[in-house]
Amino acid sequence: MSDHDHNHQGHHHDHDHSELSETELRVRALESILTEKGYVDPAALDVLIDLYEKKIGPRNGVRVVAKAWSDPAYHARLMKDATAAIAELDYSGRQGEHMVVVENTPEQHNMVVCTLCSCYPHPVLGLPPVWYKSAPYRSRAVSDPRGVLKDFGVTLPDTTKIRVWDSTAEIRYLVLPMRPAGTEGWSAEQLAELVTRDSMIGTGLPKQPGEIA
Amino acid sequence: MDGAHDMGGAKGFGPVVAEPNEPVFHDDWERRAFALTVAMARPGGWNIDMSRFARENRPPEDYLSKSYFQIWLAGLETLMIERGLVTREEIESGKVLSPPKPGIKAIAPTEVTPAIRRGGPTEREAKAPAMFAVGETVRMKDIHPVTHTRLPQYVRGHLGTIEHNHGCHVFPDTNSLGKGEDPQWLYTVRFDGPELWGKDSDPTLSVSVDAWESYLERAS
Repeated sequence: MSDHDHNHQGHHHDHDHSELSETELRVRALESILTEKGYVDPAALDVLIDLYEKKIGPRNGVRVVAKAWSDPAYHARLMKDATAAIAELDYSGRQGEHMVVVENTPEQHNMVVCTLCSCYPHPVLGLPPVWYKSAPYRSRAVSDPRGVLKDFGVTLPDTTKIRVWDSTAEIRYLVLPMRPAGTEGWSAEQLAELVTRDSMIGTGLPKQPGEIA
Repeated sequence: MDGAHDMGGAKGFGPVVAEPNEPVFHDDWERRAFALTVAMARPGGWNIDMSRFARENRPPEDYLSKSYFQIWLAGLETLMIERGLVTREEIESGKVLSPPKPGIKAIAPTEVTPAIRRGGPTEREAKAPAMFAVGETVRMKDIHPVTHTRLPQYVRGHLGTIEHNHGCHVFPDTNSLGKGEDPQWLYTVRFDGPELWGKDSDPTLSVSVDAWESYLERAS
């Protein structure tokens, strides 16, 4: 990989330090200019950052999936009107205004991408990881999803159809993975241990009961 | 615009490399650049489509060599300079050189959480009946707008099936230019892999995009 690729992937290597500190200085200067002009309140920025680092994240989506797996009435509501069903758990708003849940089955595996930028369902998954925003994922998810799955160490049966959802508008997609076998009688709290972020994007599968302690 | 951001189907970018236990932000400047961008939208008076256009409308080598939040920063600078909120000289010197634009009110800390939880729904009341029905075959128009569009190049000219009607939504192509919301019917359109990628495509693949009515034409 060239230096160029490293940079785009957001990785930080020694050769990037001078450039990054330049960016850091630029952002600091910008914040002080905007504050001095009265356009931003730095305390409001702190609230925003805290929200996205501590409150909005994949643990929210994990609760949605675990509840859908363990509560058939909730599952039905989630498939019919995902925005409303997700709001029942108190998750709503920016980049999740119009939610759709797509369910994996033995016949069809779903994967979500935004080829044009980085659209992602923030209220349930938080901010997207670097790979989701990167050129390799955005370019190949729509043309070679099995190859992308291989990059994640996932191989699906040849008979499973693959459906890719390109988030080109303001509809945001959450994948409902298949509930692992051997979890009969598990509570929503126990099931939540099996749900991974990537399984809700479609680039991964949930953990199996034997994988958790 | 047919820019470097429109990546669907492009080749040569290599494998997807995931970072284990990735943090939400990798550096403090990413935190601040993200928060500044979100917090400036309302005082700055731009919408999400204008922000997206400000980020993608740059030379391919610039788009591809900047990190994600560096693109956000560059987009924010563009939006503010365009509106006379700050000058290029102020950004480069790091000093305030001109008085603030009057009448601009910062978002207060107490306003942040309610605003994020409210978000910005894009569905609007329908003014006319939908032109296409679920199950209908449509062709994506082969158009190449020089300004913002959400019609990716890889589906243009191809045949797909209307799978869902999401109601009328704000149209990014006009909203990004400040020419109004022009709400249009929004459809999920599904394509078979071989229709998009030819005979070597994975035969089990199908891909969908969400497309506004004016991106579509009748198949025959």
